[in-house]
Amino acid sequence: MEKKKLTIAITGLNNIDSPGPGVPVIRGIKDSNLNARIIGLAYENLEPGIYMPGLVDKTYLMPFPSTGSEAFLERLEYIQEKEKIDIIIPNFDSELYLFIKYSTKLLEMGIHTFLPTMEQFEERHKDNLPEYAKKYGITVPESKAIMNSNELANLPKPLSYPYFIKGKYYEAFKVSNQSQAVYYFNKLSAKWGLPVVVQQAIHGTEVNVIALGDGEGNTVAAVPMRKQYITDKGKAWGGITLNDERLLEITHHIIKQTKWRGGMELEMIKTDDGEYHLIEINPRIPAWVYLAVGAGQNIPEMLCRLALGEKVDPVTKYEFGKMFIRYSWDLIGDIADFEKIIIFGEL
Amino acid sequence: MSKKIYERPILRKVVEGIPNKFGSLKRLRPVETIDNVAINDIIDEYGSPVFIISEKTIRETYKTAYCAFSTRYPKVQFAWSYKTNYLDAVCRIFHQEGSWAEVVSGFEYEKALDNNVSGSKIIFNGPDKSDADLTRAINNKSLIHIDHFDELYTIIEILPKLKERPQVAIRVNMDTGIIPQWDRFGFNYENGEAWNAINRILTDGGIDLIGLHIHIGTYITMSKAYSIAIEKLAALANKTFDRFQKSISYIDVGGGFASQNTLQGAYMPATDTTPSFDDYAHAITTAMTSVNFPNNETPTLILETGRALIDEAGWLAGSVLANKRLADGRRAMVIDSGINLLFTAFWYDYEIFPVQETSFQSEPTTIYGPLCMNIDVVRNNIDFPLLNKGDRFVIKRVGAYTMTQWMQFITYRPNVVLIDLNGKVHVIRKEENKEVFRIQELVPKHLQNK
Amino acid sequence: MSKLNSLAISDNGFIFKPSTGESFTTNELGLFIIQFLKENKSGEEIINAIMQDFDVDNVTAGRDMYEFLDFLKKENMID
Repeated sequence: MEKKKLTIAITGLNNIDSPGPGVPVIRGIKDSNLNARIIGLAYENLEPGIYMPGLVDKTYLMPFPSTGSEAFLERLEYIQEKEKIDIIIPNFDSELYLFIKYSTKLLEMGIHTFLPTMEQFEERHKDNLPEYAKKYGITVPESKAIMNSNELANLPKPLSYPYFIKGKYYEAFKVSNQSQAVYYFNKLSAKWGLPVVVQQAIHGTEVNVIALGDGEGNTVAAVPMRKQYITDKGKAWGGITLNDERLLEITHHIIKQTKWRGGMELEMIKTDDGEYHLIEINPRIPAWVYLAVGAGQNIPEMLCRLALGEKVDPVTKYEFGKMFIRYSWDLIGDIADFEKIIIFGEL
Repeated sequence: MSKKIYERPILRKVVEGIPNKFGSLKRLRPVETIDNVAINDIIDEYGSPVFIISEKTIRETYKTAYCAFSTRYPKVQFAWSYKTNYLDAVCRIFHQEGSWAEVVSGFEYEKALDNNVSGSKIIFNGPDKSDADLTRAINNKSLIHIDHFDELYTIIEILPKLKERPQVAIRVNMDTGIIPQWDRFGFNYENGEAWNAINRILTDGGIDLIGLHIHIGTYITMSKAYSIAIEKLAALANKTFDRFQKSISYIDVGGGFASQNTLQGAYMPATDTTPSFDDYAHAITTAMTSVNFPNNETPTLILETGRALIDEAGWLAGSVLANKRLADGRRAMVIDSGINLLFTAFWYDYEIFPVQETSFQSEPTTIYGPLCMNIDVVRNNIDFPLLNKGDRFVIKRVGAYTMTQWMQFITYRPNVVLIDLNGKVHVIRKEENKEVFRIQELVPKHLQNK
Repeated sequence: MSKLNSLAISDNGFIFKPSTGESFTTNELGLFIIQFLKENKSGEEIINAIMQDFDVDNVTAGRDMYEFLDFLKKENMID
């Protein structure tokens, strides 16, 4: 069957030691039945996805989201003029705000997205997690959003060492004394702004779920995974799909209650007593998405179809015991390509 | 043959992993005019630097704000926050639009009277009210917002000498989820202090409690905080009615609406994140209509928002004094307006624009003011086009607090001009000169010899 | 000016320095000056050439050019 060729733009090509989801999302799309031309949207000039052979058909550099919507939309308009993008899949937390806020405008330009609503996006913020948990009946570790490093000296009970100190958008550090806490508070607030979140460390196994909600309360796809090997940056370097019905139940519950729209990742700690504590909701596809594809659920493809307004039947089957092992690979590039990215912002 | 436009030669090292011009630069377009008046003409005529205020923007902003609230709630009254900008011309625009005056000192109170605001339309806030201030304000039937018990007892003390019954409100502070909590002003709700104050006022018999006032902080972007605050005030109003059969005729929710200036340390520019007047109005009026006030009455909603009404209307135009290289090679630009005029630059990342078309090239630049002080930094490390000595710039959104907090350090404060609705430019505050200061100073006789 | 000849300079203003692996960008006038430096022209001659092609006065052109030469020196591209 000859299908219309779609143009799909993807961000997060930073396949580095703390990887963005762009490259695995593209691989998912390439494995699917979609006939797609892939446009890479990069923020930095050495994002590996720009240079990987056979991955993207074309890359454009984008202004950082922190530059503001004006520059962001201007750049997208320029790219849209040339590429006629059908779908954009943004993969960074920090850019989601703009993509969500301007999704109607993007649609007017012909660009489809499939993202959580602004309300869904805002209410699952780390600093709002306790309230979120109360509203939807989920267990979460004790946490507090703080605006000032002085507050670290008298945190409300039962918060105690060790705890995690987390940036508004990214990064978390486990600390076991106050001077460490103050150090990371300063570091994280300078980089990601306020508030910074303090969250009780829970003893147990970290398990994650990648899921896709259709915006009406249905879980279209969900695959649970345990990280087998974690790098010093806290990123999974190997993982294995699980058969964990309780975890899937919680996932279905959250998606049903919140009517989540789009991709998401739930990060949970399973304690030795078998209790699950939600530690974070990432409002986008995680970097290990290709494991879900490999286990039988092509989430990037389903997300594209939902974005185009197609009806997508929920998939519940996946293989457990599928593993991913991340590896690094030195590809050979040429200064001429680098020059094009530097001078023209396109390759 | 015409020559090419000159743009100085640059050499910039590419730093891998760091975004280049496509990654970080929003191409800065010049701002050449304000309300169709050329900024260059204004500087030529009124000097550099010069504050420029747009009457059109003030009126439009006010109307937008007023509409946002009045379409959602039947009784709305704005009171112009004098401390934000108390230039008489500015205040009078707000008064013409229907604003009352909100003042926090005897000085501001006098200004409001001079601007022909009737006493009963002046709200007197703040912790600093002298006996004389209170006497005058009460006799003028102004609304006294009591800040602390000492003030309350002062009023009780001077009661016998007063010609009018004091019309008062109490300022209440509370936990609304906003951090930091502003508990240094007013009476605390949670610990019962506010209720005690109400009891003290109403058992006296000589004072009319007609309003409740909160100001939950400055630069508030969480509309939810207002809802919490109004619920608590309504609870107080009901308790008051149950005990004393007195109903409250107005709720003053203070100010605190954010302007579109970006606070330093924020990740996203405020132009993308600041709630609109509609957002605030929705949160506040929904809260006002969803709580029950005593007797099913609808209290007037008073708003004292200052910053969000005037920031956008003010501009500061000036000239480049010099370009230099710092020791580490970074570029620095010295301009003729520093923190003497922009005290607020300590916490805002002001938007600054060239006034004329500039080169496409830009460079990370630190912008310094003209003061001989290391802290005189207007913008740290922004990507800015290469301006030459004498080129002009304009800084956006400086209408709030600049013209009240500015300081006279080593030089004179500049002209402030107003562009009226017809595009005519008026000086509304003359630039200072040495006479302004000589008149204030006295030289003892033994130092007068030449 | 042999040092300049060891650089890979593209017409787009991209400069690659093989000896250190660093890259630089420059603009039209930067390229213009480098071209004259390669031809061993003196500072005076370059300033005159700039003034002929660009709308600029003597003082500005000179000041900016010498600043540019300082940068080149700092990056060890000229002596």
